[in-house]
Amino acid sequence: MRRTAPIIQRIDWLTVAIVVILMAIGLFNVASATAGADAVDWFDWGSKQGKQFMWVALAMILAGLILVIEGEFFIRTAAIYYFVNLLLLVAVLAVGRTIGGAKSWFSFGSIGIQPSEFAKTGTALMLAWLLSRNNERISNRNNLVKAILIVAIPAGLILLQPDAGTVLVFGGMILVFYREGLSGNVLIAVFCALLIAIATILTGASLFEYPAIGSASAVGILWFILAVLGTFIWSMIPQWVLPRKRKRVRRAVVFSFIAGLVMSAALHTGLEEVLKPHQKDRIHVLFGIDVGNPDADYNIRHAKAAVSSGSWTGKGYLQGPMTAYGFVPEQETDFIFCTIGEEWGFVGTVFTLLLYTLLMLRILHLAERQRSDFTRIFAYAAASVLFMHYLINIGMVLGLAPVIGIPLPFISAGGSSMLGFTLLIFILLRLDAERFTVLR
Amino acid sequence: MNLRERQVVIGGIFVLITLIFIGRLIQMQLYSSEWKEYAARLTEETEQLEPARGLMLDRNGQILLNNMAGYDIWFTPRKCRTAGGLDTMAFAEILRMTPAELEREFRRAEAYASYRPSIIRKQIPAEHFARIAGELYRFPGAEARRRTIRTNPTGLASHLVGEYREVDQNDMASNSRYRLGDYKGKSGLELQWDQALHGKRGIRHHIVDIRNDYRAPAQEGLLDTLPTPGQDIQLTLDLDLQAYGENIMANKRGAIVAIEPSTGEVLAMVSAPSYATDLLTGRERGSNYDSLLNHPSKPLFNRTLRATYRPGSIFKMIQGLIALDRGVIRPSSRIYCDRNIIGCHGGHTLDNLEEAIVHSCNPYFHEVMKRMIQDGSSGNIFRDAHNNLGAWSESIRAFGMGTNLGGHFPALRSGTVPDTTDYDRMYGRKRWAYSTIYSISIGEGELLTTPIHMANLAAVLANRGHYVTPHVIQHIGDLGKPEEMNQRFDTGIDPIHFETVIRAMAQVVTAEDGTGSRAQVPGFDVCGKTGTVQNSQGNHSVFIAFAPKNNPQIALSVYVENAGSGGDWAAPIASLMIERYLNGTVEQREKEDRILQATYPFPESPL
Ligand SMILES: [Zn+2]
Repeated sequence: MRRTAPIIQRIDWLTVAIVVILMAIGLFNVASATAGADAVDWFDWGSKQGKQFMWVALAMILAGLILVIEGEFFIRTAAIYYFVNLLLLVAVLAVGRTIGGAKSWFSFGSIGIQPSEFAKTGTALMLAWLLSRNNERISNRNNLVKAILIVAIPAGLILLQPDAGTVLVFGGMILVFYREGLSGNVLIAVFCALLIAIATILTGASLFEYPAIGSASAVGILWFILAVLGTFIWSMIPQWVLPRKRKRVRRAVVFSFIAGLVMSAALHTGLEEVLKPHQKDRIHVLFGIDVGNPDADYNIRHAKAAVSSGSWTGKGYLQGPMTAYGFVPEQETDFIFCTIGEEWGFVGTVFTLLLYTLLMLRILHLAERQRSDFTRIFAYAAASVLFMHYLINIGMVLGLAPVIGIPLPFISAGGSSMLGFTLLIFILLRLDAERFTVLR
Repeated sequence: MNLRERQVVIGGIFVLITLIFIGRLIQMQLYSSEWKEYAARLTEETEQLEPARGLMLDRNGQILLNNMAGYDIWFTPRKCRTAGGLDTMAFAEILRMTPAELEREFRRAEAYASYRPSIIRKQIPAEHFARIAGELYRFPGAEARRRTIRTNPTGLASHLVGEYREVDQNDMASNSRYRLGDYKGKSGLELQWDQALHGKRGIRHHIVDIRNDYRAPAQEGLLDTLPTPGQDIQLTLDLDLQAYGENIMANKRGAIVAIEPSTGEVLAMVSAPSYATDLLTGRERGSNYDSLLNHPSKPLFNRTLRATYRPGSIFKMIQGLIALDRGVIRPSSRIYCDRNIIGCHGGHTLDNLEEAIVHSCNPYFHEVMKRMIQDGSSGNIFRDAHNNLGAWSESIRAFGMGTNLGGHFPALRSGTVPDTTDYDRMYGRKRWAYSTIYSISIGEGELLTTPIHMANLAAVLANRGHYVTPHVIQHIGDLGKPEEMNQRFDTGIDPIHFETVIRAMAQVVTAEDGTGSRAQVPGFDVCGKTGTVQNSQGNHSVFIAFAPKNNPQIALSVYVENAGSGGDWAAPIASLMIERYLNGTVEQREKEDRILQATYPFPESPL
């Protein structure tokens, strides 16, 4: 490939193809979910799928614009874009419209814009900018704090809306930190902390018949197991660890297990003592704990039923009764995967999963072929954002993750996420296209 | 680890999650049926298409049981909740319920399934529904569904037609075709002919939406079937005669059974006191049933088939016929009225058979039966009785006594004709002789019969020696009368012997001092016999009769409990029934008034 080749030959068409296919899947399934039992009216611009059509068209225009802008522009304006985003996130808390319990929308007539969908790109740009400056490695504690702040500030503003799903997406940036040099132990520690938190919530909701004490919360068993496990590992240190490392390892083990216990106890107390019963119930419902209200989790039961009823090849496009007759809530946005599952079956769901996986792996591949740190870090941030949406959205529909509403990239109806993801992917593609021509 | 190699860890996490998702999809979409079944339960509903239930008509085509338009109110709790609830007070008012009753129904519906409709108000008649139909939209979650209400507009023959009502847990457990809210025949003809009346249900498969409303046919309607309507049943009853009988038996306890002798067709079956069928099919069934069940006169008890009485004097005619047939007496045989053996009444001393029947002479029939049972053939009175009673019982059973009369009334009690084994069990083998059991010779002792057995006896006498199995079915649908309804039973007794007995029966009615003189019907020769059944609360008045004497059209039995002697009350009722049937009208006004005003045994709370 020649360095002077036109931009059109240098962009990664595989990624573009995957994105276009995802958009097409989205259009067809949003149309089915919107039409319900009626025939699809492809040219009704007022309907949800009509709007989606419009958003896809706008996304194409936006992609074209991005591709003709010099990559240098994005690097230079990263900080500006980031701070404008922060301002918008503050503004939405003041004048935003509340939909579905979260104050996260600017509303212009019938069109709503969600600034948090654009803040992901802003944060990715800012993070890439910070970490790609000379000698600003993440192993430097000072830089780590700066990097965490860059992610935490928008995440904190979004938590105030509150939109837990998007906050979790920002949490996914830990993968970027890991790639840039954060210790693997941190990744493991975060994973363990999540595991302990989930175990605390699940055991905390059930009772156990203790000998001599009687009936009490089963969370005690969790603590007992943690204590026994910690003691066991501590006692095995002489066998497992070289003498000169023992002191450090011992300290680490004692610290981790005490931290785990304290966190678990704090979480349990918070749930039981601080939250009001209805708030506690909401958290329990997220984790599939029976709160004695048959209506509480019927959304997720219907979602699972819809996906399951697709079998091998699905009921056929526009033929799914659960999609057509309103059994799945928010089925053109957060639960769009139900429509794919019901109407296209296993073939359709696995095809979609493979497309996302291919897209994420392709982005990793693009990232690693860069000479520019900025592009690599930005690419990792984009992959992390995509991955978190993929993980949370499909995990929720399949009943593996809590019910947290976030869109499925390029497929769910909605303009903000469509434009936000377009921004994310096409800035990356533009930067990637310049990988031979520009040295940074 | 080289930082560049960390892409493998991160890529590995992506792939691992995808593999977990694919594993979950294999379980959900390909392997497990749990969620698929749940989806089918949510989205598919089968609608049962009820066939129109067959009507019941009398022998002249008059309608006895009909179907009437009505509506059930169904309620879906979740629909109501999502629409923001409803005004319970106003809803209760239009449904004509108390708010407390309505709340109870709401709770029941919620317990059944919050997203499915259940019935909260049953059988609203069409005219009530017409007034509230326009109001229903104000109550989200409520909907009306049409259903037919079974009705007996005349209120006649309730014991015979029986109950048609909602299935209970037992019905649903024993037959999978019943679902909650279905109806079926529970007793009487409604139960006996339930299948023919019901027809065949149709099924329509629907795809429903989240509000459980039907949206589209499932499986393209290929599995749907149309209902086959139930068959109309024409009965042998004469509704005019039935109505007349129920009217004159008002305020009395007892029974009338009238049969057309030549065919065995039952013309009327009156069990008094009676009740209107609709009391037990409507939505007030519960409270009506309790008050009927607890009423001292037992209105729910079908006396025509289930009340058993000793036959008394009427039985003497059978004794005479068997004796003539066996040659132990001839019509002219005279027997001394020896009141030292057994009591008697009246001024006679040496009657022949005809006179003995008219006078109801006890010693005569004591002697007649003695000649059959204790005939001296074995030289031992115990052995004689043991050898001969079996044959005697067989002869009695040939008149239908102690049998199920051909088996067309499932509720019928057969009554009792004691046999050798019965007495062996009571007294011990060969520990009893004729002197032990002689009370059965005059229709007392262990003998028990029902009103329909006695009406059948009247038919045997009218037919001079045979009967056709009593039945009430004339036609089922287009099929005509089932062949088994024509089954004929012969007594095996020479018709010639009946003439003597029938002469006596004519005498009972026509003689100035005859015990059955009140049974006379102007213009017709009525043959009858009175009976009086001993009872501590007052004797039961009994009469059997047929008319006209030659070419009989009607044979009947009449029972009036605790009313006194047979001639006083049962005989005139028989007279009125015969007149009504043969003439179509009653001109014996005085007799009719006397019966209508009579209240036996004592005034009771009205039904
Ligand atoms: Zn006498």
